[in-house]
Amino acid sequence: MFKNRGIAFKLIFFFCVSNALIFLLILSYNYRFSKKMIEKNVENSSKNLAHSTVNRIEIVLQSVQKIPENLAYFFERGSYTKKELLELLRTLVERNPEIYGVAISFEPYAYEKNSRYFAPYFCKDGGKIKFSYLGNESYRYFYLDWYQIPKELGRPSWTEPYFDEGGGNILMATYSIPFYANIDGKRQFMGIVSADISLEWLRNMVSSIKILKTGYASLLSKNGTFITHPSKKLIMNESIFSIAEERGDSGMRETGKKMIRGETGFFPYKGVDGQECWVYYAPVQSSGWSLSVLFPMDELMEDIVSLNRTVLFGGIAGILLLSLAVVFIAHSITKPLRAISKAAGEIGSGNLDVELPSVRTGDEVGRLANAFHHMQVSLKDYVTQLTETTAAKERIESELNIAHDIQMGILPKIFPPFPDKPDALDLYAMIKPAKEVGGDFYDFFYIDDSHFCFVIGDVSGKGVPAALFMAVTKTLVKATSAGDVDPGRILTKVNSDLCQENDACMFATIFCGILNTETGEVLYANGGHNPPLIVGSGDEATFLEVSPNLVVGAMEDYVYKTDRVALKPGCAIFMYTDGVTEAMNERDELFSEQRLQEKLNAIQGKTIREVVGGVMDEVIFFAEGAPQSDDITMMMVQYKGGN
Amino acid sequence: MRNNYTYIFFVYVILALFLLVPSHAGAEKALKKASFIPQWSPQAQFAGYYVALEKGIYKKYGIDLTIISGGPDRHPTDFLKNKKADFATFWLSTAIQRRSGGIKIINIGQIIQKSALMLVAKKASGIKTYTDINNKKVSIWEGDFAIQPHAFFKKYNLNVKIIPQSYSVNLFLRGGVDAVSAMLYNEYHTIINSGLDTDELTTFFYYDYGLNFPEDGIYTLEDTFQKDPELSCAFVKASIEGWLYAFSHPQEAIDIVLKSMTQAKVPANRMHQKWMLEKMEELISPENSQENIGVLKQSDYELVAQELKKVGLIKAIPLFKDFHRKCNSHVQK
Repeated sequence: MFKNRGIAFKLIFFFCVSNALIFLLILSYNYRFSKKMIEKNVENSSKNLAHSTVNRIEIVLQSVQKIPENLAYFFERGSYTKKELLELLRTLVERNPEIYGVAISFEPYAYEKNSRYFAPYFCKDGGKIKFSYLGNESYRYFYLDWYQIPKELGRPSWTEPYFDEGGGNILMATYSIPFYANIDGKRQFMGIVSADISLEWLRNMVSSIKILKTGYASLLSKNGTFITHPSKKLIMNESIFSIAEERGDSGMRETGKKMIRGETGFFPYKGVDGQECWVYYAPVQSSGWSLSVLFPMDELMEDIVSLNRTVLFGGIAGILLLSLAVVFIAHSITKPLRAISKAAGEIGSGNLDVELPSVRTGDEVGRLANAFHHMQVSLKDYVTQLTETTAAKERIESELNIAHDIQMGILPKIFPPFPDKPDALDLYAMIKPAKEVGGDFYDFFYIDDSHFCFVIGDVSGKGVPAALFMAVTKTLVKATSAGDVDPGRILTKVNSDLCQENDACMFATIFCGILNTETGEVLYANGGHNPPLIVGSGDEATFLEVSPNLVVGAMEDYVYKTDRVALKPGCAIFMYTDGVTEAMNERDELFSEQRLQEKLNAIQGKTIREVVGGVMDEVIFFAEGAPQSDDITMMMVQYKGGN
Repeated sequence: MRNNYTYIFFVYVILALFLLVPSHAGAEKALKKASFIPQWSPQAQFAGYYVALEKGIYKKYGIDLTIISGGPDRHPTDFLKNKKADFATFWLSTAIQRRSGGIKIINIGQIIQKSALMLVAKKASGIKTYTDINNKKVSIWEGDFAIQPHAFFKKYNLNVKIIPQSYSVNLFLRGGVDAVSAMLYNEYHTIINSGLDTDELTTFFYYDYGLNFPEDGIYTLEDTFQKDPELSCAFVKASIEGWLYAFSHPQEAIDIVLKSMTQAKVPANRMHQKWMLEKMEELISPENSQENIGVLKQSDYELVAQELKKVGLIKAIPLFKDFHRKCNSHVQK
């Protein structure tokens, strides 16, 4: 996926991805850490808030509890008249704003023997103090919670809060204390002192607790009923258990149980209104209620969330900036690189004069550009040199070619060579020069009317020296043979001429023959050349027997022997150079004299032109396209016998 | 095609007009005025009646019904006796006593088949079986609510300290008594929703101890019935239909009950009413068969009457045939 992308893309991609990853890691760590910190702080502050509120409630509760407690103490210890009793109750209601009503309720027949109910009750009613006796057949106070519970438990007790419907919908609770009398040495339950206490102050106190925007405090009764809550419909109507039941939330029920058991706790929780909260709850010991403070989680996290949001935006902006910087850097790297790459492409395609981008930096790219520049200069120099060298070489080559052409030009090429004497003999020669200038040559001419000289030779070495030596040799042979019809003498003479001032120690192999066109006798001398073959006498082609002589130009004063052979009419001498027998194929096999002989036998009876052409075709076929290393030269002289 | 649809549409319109107009006119003509008082203020204990009223079931049966809100100071037997109400619900035990006391009331439908009265104790106080109640403090309601507990204590020879019980279960919750009287559909749920789990509680249903006193039944005066038996039976049938509708549409039924409670200015708690309706279904249709709904079984009647006689609340057992009218057979005639 990335393999073929540019450096800029890779840089931006990996930079941004790794940066974003690091950034997110840091951000999430930061969020978690600060959340934890906030949780810790919230726990402390909610704990403090809950306990301080509970303390405030306790102080008020305990102070109002004192009044009925003192009253009960008074009834147990003191003696009093009915009038004093009523006066005391009235005064208490009058003087204590929190106390809404006070009653002292006796057990059946406990106050007066003939009275089942005795419960004088003073209460506030529209600014006045109202007095009544509680208790009749439809209001049997003995069976009510405020009476029964302290009686049965033998200790003071707060009732569940209730709304006083007559007194303007005031939230109230009754605090009642059992009092006893000592009768016959036995402590006997006499009745209940009860004070109806307005809890409006409590409601106001708890309702006024605002935690951030939506956090609040809430008070649960001993039964888990909501005494205060921002949601009015819950108050005195729903309990934490009914809410838990409605939601099917057993965890909430468990919490509710802990709350009414008087435990304290702190936990993250979904509030009654559904918002995520941290809740701390603590008991109001004297009444058995439970105060909980709800810290709204989202608001607490608001600062962190907004901080994180800012950090996130900052981070994104930073990454974008970074990307821009990376783009810039990448661009500054890749721009010269691209230019260099383009220039290199052009240089590659031959344009050495292309202008390289100028990179001033000293970094790797700069060094690369410098190296390229150096390379360009060097290449240019080299190419210039090479061009010159090549030109020189080409010139030499063309000169060589010319030399070669000249060399070839000095070899006779018109066949049949003597159309005016067609009956005496026939001759055909063929040379297939190698690529380099070689040293093969042949020549033929009449010395006089009846003596026909033919020469084939091969100069040692190759190239211009060989060509020159060959020209000299050929010229010398022709010059020397003027008037002389003995090939041995001719070669001896040529040899002594060549040996003089032959500093290059060059030599040539030469076969020289002179045919007497009248007799068919051939005199011949061989200076180290391949022995020719006699063809066309009806027998197989046979190698001519030659006297062993030195190559020509090797040793001064050497005397070459002359041999002789008589040709019958129709017979021919087949001469060749080592280019034929030493022609090589791809498997490094030589064409060989044997193959030559076989080939000559195979094509017996054909014209000499066909024989020479046939052998040439055979050699080329044998070489199978292998490069030709030496000139291939063949010459064939046929004695016809008629003059 | 279009013509076909138009034709069908018109047929429907005409049919609808035929169906609507006469029935509406007929209902107006046939509605009979009647009044009913349940034995307590509105709650799901009477969901069937409020639902039947709200859903027009009484109207369907030709009754223009008024429901009088019950309450602690409103005794339905008095309302019947003084002809302030045509129909009322109260307990079978109450009814037998009033009948025996000379008020000519008759049972025309026994709605609750299974007694919901129970005792609830905390396992923590050591009460696991009924024998554990011995020598414990038990709070019981007075009056007809006390008959089964007393019979129960006597039957199992339990020596119990009885504390009179008022409307709340707080005395029990605070630990003032070891066991408390409760109605399955009401106080038991209050106890649960005061933070006591069912597995922390031991329950004793009198039903399980051979003391099944069927509770809420529909009563009317004998002469009210004689005057217009169809009206009485239509009331019973409509009420049962109301109950069945409430059971199959609990959410709607609870909404109706809550509305009535709000109108009567009674604190309304949805979960409590939901519980109550669920329990009412168990009590009204214990075998989950609709056939026996509203039927007063003679065996139940005899059991209650015998027990009342045994404790001296009645002197003679009224004849079963005088005490009740079977509306099923009556309406079929």
